[in-house]
Amino acid sequence: MNSFNYYQPKNIEDLFDLQECSADNYRLLAGGTDLLVRLKSGSITPEAIIDIKRIPSLNSGISIEADKVTFGALTLMATLESDEFLEENYPALTEAVHNIGSVQIRNRATIAGNLCNASPAADSAPALLIYDASVVCVSRKGERTLPLQEFIKGPGKTALVSNEIVKQIVMPLPSQNQAGAFSRLTRRKGVDLATINLCCQVNQTGKARFALGAVGPVPFIVEENEGLLLSTDISSEVKKSIISKLMEKATPISDVRASKEYRQAMLTVLGWRAFNTAIERLQNKI
Amino acid sequence: MEIKNVHEITININDQPYTIGVQAHHTLLDVLRDQLDITGPKECCGVGECGACTVLLDGQAVNACLILAVEVDGSEIITIEGLGGSVHLSPLQQAFIDAGAVQCGFCTPGMIMAAQYLLNTYPEPTKEEVRVALSGNLCRCTGYDRIIDAVLSVSRQQKERVK
Ligand SMILES: Cc1cc2nc3c(=O)[nH]c(=O)nc-3n(C[C@H](O)[C@H](O)[C@H](O)COP(=O)(O)OP(=O)(O)OC[C@H]3O[C@@H](n4cnc5c(N)ncnc54)[C@H](O)[C@@H]3O)c2cc1C
Ligand code: FES
Ligand code: FES
Repeated sequence: MNSFNYYQPKNIEDLFDLQECSADNYRLLAGGTDLLVRLKSGSITPEAIIDIKRIPSLNSGISIEADKVTFGALTLMATLESDEFLEENYPALTEAVHNIGSVQIRNRATIAGNLCNASPAADSAPALLIYDASVVCVSRKGERTLPLQEFIKGPGKTALVSNEIVKQIVMPLPSQNQAGAFSRLTRRKGVDLATINLCCQVNQTGKARFALGAVGPVPFIVEENEGLLLSTDISSEVKKSIISKLMEKATPISDVRASKEYRQAMLTVLGWRAFNTAIERLQNKI
Repeated sequence: MEIKNVHEITININDQPYTIGVQAHHTLLDVLRDQLDITGPKECCGVGECGACTVLLDGQAVNACLILAVEVDGSEIITIEGLGGSVHLSPLQQAFIDAGAVQCGFCTPGMIMAAQYLLNTYPEPTKEEVRVALSGNLCRCTGYDRIIDAVLSVSRQQKERVK
């Protein structure tokens, strides 16, 4: 690893000062599970590393209010994974987080780090998308809140501007008439990124949505709004073909994990699985 | 910009206090192995994939290869050396020997630390929970079954806690 200056600001004002004197030649360090890999490979060589872990306002944990849940940027995957309120109300997120890396990785990896790294395969993203999450960003100039779709711009690219950071993630409390589920394809659980990850959300109003990851430059949502998937008069075969049609909006590429044809075929299989789990959860609520 | 590289940190490793100067770009694993000669934690992949470098940091199992030493100022670290030694093996160490869960031994320190973390947090795991808990630790020799047997045998016997 190349050498660098290391700073550990104790509050957000000190962070802003450090960012300004480091003239963009710095990287923020949260859990380091993406950053250290990149520093070691030499793909990035910043002059300064600013460790944000001891900034209290980024460390607000999980706070539950009447109509929303907010997590601090530094909330660990391990904390999200074991939270009972989240498991009950946002099960697709709990499942997604549980699938990230290994125990050791989840004990360090933060939720904001996962989103800021902006990998097309980030496992938290599809779940946060179906739960309509937004991202609270902060800089010296103030705060702004962006829907997650607008935050993730492309592989490795976010909507953050220079010297702006993520402070919190916010999710509205989901309505009682919906249910969600997560599904993932990977070569080896524990250490490999997803070949595909997706979430399905079904709603009694008839709407079904899928958030798809690793099959396009950014995770995105496809929707079926005519109630066909929730109809009891339509056979499983027809429903599968509807899902298959929806999945044609994906633009997977071939890479070390899978070919694009395999990914496209597996999207329907995973979509069908997540759909059935979501339907079961919806029925259990009624 | 001028690079100021050495930082003084105070850490507690296996119940021993240390105040040392560390280079900003050295990982916790580099410092344990090369600076302090605590060579139980192994370096294998160096990127979080194999678990050979697993230690407990303030009670949490982590990959020491993905953490800068400067980050852990003020923390408490337990390595395999903190569990027991040749005179007094910890129950989990003894169980690995009894079950034949050690072959070349390279994965063993990390494997035992990950397993100890599991037993500290879930004293009576199921077989499936042991598998999930050890999914970040690779072993090229044993085929895993004996490792899992060793962990389960300890969970049945006792609940000795290591912080
Ligand atoms: C072995 C291994 C397995 C993995 N498996 C998975 C997996 O299964 N699924 C998955 O999705 N990911 C996986 N990852 C990737 C990684 O663990 C996650 O993306 C993690 O959530 C990153 O969080 P972090 O806190 O470690 O980020 P860091 O590495 O600290 O930071 C990542 C990036 O985000 C920036 N950043 C961090 N916090 C902020 C903030 N608050 N504001 C602005 N920028 C910020 C940093 O500057 C850096 O560029 C894996 C990584 C490893 C090494
Ligand atoms: S050496 Fe740290 S996980 Fe492989
Ligand atoms: S005993 Fe050889 S790698 Fe596990």
